[in-house]
Amino acid sequence: MSPQSTFTLGRAVRLGLLTLGALMFLAPYIFMMSAAGKGQSEIFTSSLSLIPEHSFFVQNFTKAFTRVNMPGLLFNGVVVCALILVFQVLIAVPCAYALAKLNFRAARLMMALVMLGLLVPIHATALPLYVAFNNLAVLNSYTALVAPFSISVFGIFLFLQFFRAMPDDLIHAARLDGMSEIGIVARVIVPNAWPAITAFAIFSVVAHWNDLYWPLIVISNQAYATPPLGLLYFRAAEAGDDYGALMAATFIITLPLVLAFLLAQKRFVEGITMTGLKG
Amino acid sequence: MANAALAATPIALPDLGAARQARTAWLLAAPAVLLMVAFIIAPLAAVVFLGFTDFELGYGSFRFVGFENYAELFADRTFRQSLWNTAVYSAIVAPVSLLLGLGIALLIESESIGRSFFRTAYFLPVASLLVAMATAWQYLFHPTIGPINAALHMIGLAGPNWLGASNTVLYSLAIIGIWQSVGFNMVLFLAGLTAIPRDLYAAADVDGAKSGIDRFFLVTWPMLGPTTLFVITISVINAVKVFETVKTLTEGGPNKASEVLLFTIYQEGFVYLRVGYASAMTVVFLAVLVVMMFVQYRLLDREVHYA
Repeated sequence: MSPQSTFTLGRAVRLGLLTLGALMFLAPYIFMMSAAGKGQSEIFTSSLSLIPEHSFFVQNFTKAFTRVNMPGLLFNGVVVCALILVFQVLIAVPCAYALAKLNFRAARLMMALVMLGLLVPIHATALPLYVAFNNLAVLNSYTALVAPFSISVFGIFLFLQFFRAMPDDLIHAARLDGMSEIGIVARVIVPNAWPAITAFAIFSVVAHWNDLYWPLIVISNQAYATPPLGLLYFRAAEAGDDYGALMAATFIITLPLVLAFLLAQKRFVEGITMTGLKG
Repeated sequence: MANAALAATPIALPDLGAARQARTAWLLAAPAVLLMVAFIIAPLAAVVFLGFTDFELGYGSFRFVGFENYAELFADRTFRQSLWNTAVYSAIVAPVSLLLGLGIALLIESESIGRSFFRTAYFLPVASLLVAMATAWQYLFHPTIGPINAALHMIGLAGPNWLGASNTVLYSLAIIGIWQSVGFNMVLFLAGLTAIPRDLYAAADVDGAKSGIDRFFLVTWPMLGPTTLFVITISVINAVKVFETVKTLTEGGPNKASEVLLFTIYQEGFVYLRVGYASAMTVVFLAVLVVMMFVQYRLLDREVHYA
């Protein structure tokens, strides 16, 4: 299995397969960028040439920015993801600490709750939550977008495993110094838990930046639309085949996460696949 | 995997009184418990309850109808079509993305150049906004101006109307689903491959496993057991939850050919506002998830000993 240094036929086949596959996986991005620079007529006549003959980049991106409130969408995405993440960490970390390091009778029952929660996606709880939010008149608000995700049982589960591995001596020493339990969480646990928190942050942001189901249900006012929902509005507004503008909008909305991924690849892969490695 | 966390209860720290410890623990866990009850337990109970009623949003009153919703459900052609489509979609996407993920991981693992480039290329779809990339795929799949059919036309083939014809739409959606999930599986398999001790391959060599295929079936495949099982579960669960591509590209059409479980629930519950009926559908959806989790636990206990 060790990588050979010589160039053999087998190796050529391997590299060929990998390259071909990679091209196929990147094709949607390549054609998206190409079409984002083409005018209507060129899109309809020469769909296989990658470099636009006449650049329509400016026109297409202008359309994408003016037909929908693109900065507003991206802003909503950032606000919603940030709020969700802050609440999730603030609520899950103390709970996970209590379950990992303190002894109390309800711990087993709570572990069972966490396990049950891991199984239940938002799709299963969406109907009653929608009815309740409708009755409370909080639809079309940041509250509606954020509240159901303020509790992350996956976060509790993840931090719990991480905290278990932390040495008790650390906490013991802090107690001897007269620190309160809440102080211990804030000043001993959290600073030592950054790797877990970073990985969880990436997992959470990717999940909620991309989520369509819940925003689609609770938001009908464009002012609160998140990026995926905004793209749906844009598609509806561009009912025709204006693929140039559509691809430009697609490009803008895909870019933030893809850039973040390219800049911090290792952390992204860790964060997104954590469910698999830690589970 | 998950049930390992249930096994050990924390050891009491000797420097804190039991009563004070319990009180602090409750204080720290209280916000999480309250929110879990409000956003998971109570809605879950409510969805089961609503499934036995004819509740519709906008009408003040509702009445109990027993199992009427469930009876209607299994006579409902749309719902049956939707279950079938979801099953077909999952039966394509889960195994294909598993095998491709494994294949790509093996190729990358045995190759020394371009590793990080290939890993990035195959993982990129996982980190991309699916609604946006579905739109890019719609352009690729366009019957007349799309690059795929243009390429097919060049070699003299007439391409199908990918997303627009009822006999191809589900397969086209499956292609997008596979494209999106292969990178995730690949990364899990890469991690699993790195964890296999090198000397096992040396031992297999001594035992006469000379070819790569022998080594794969003697060492790699059995050692990847736990990873494979996990990838299977998560692939099936994610495939059953297909929604974004359907909502963005086809709205269940043409002619209900791409009607899937979550889309049907969404339509009934949030568009037609038939909450009671949609709740019964949700219970069926949850039952599917529970059965799959259960199967995973059983398999984990029985088949895999070297996790």
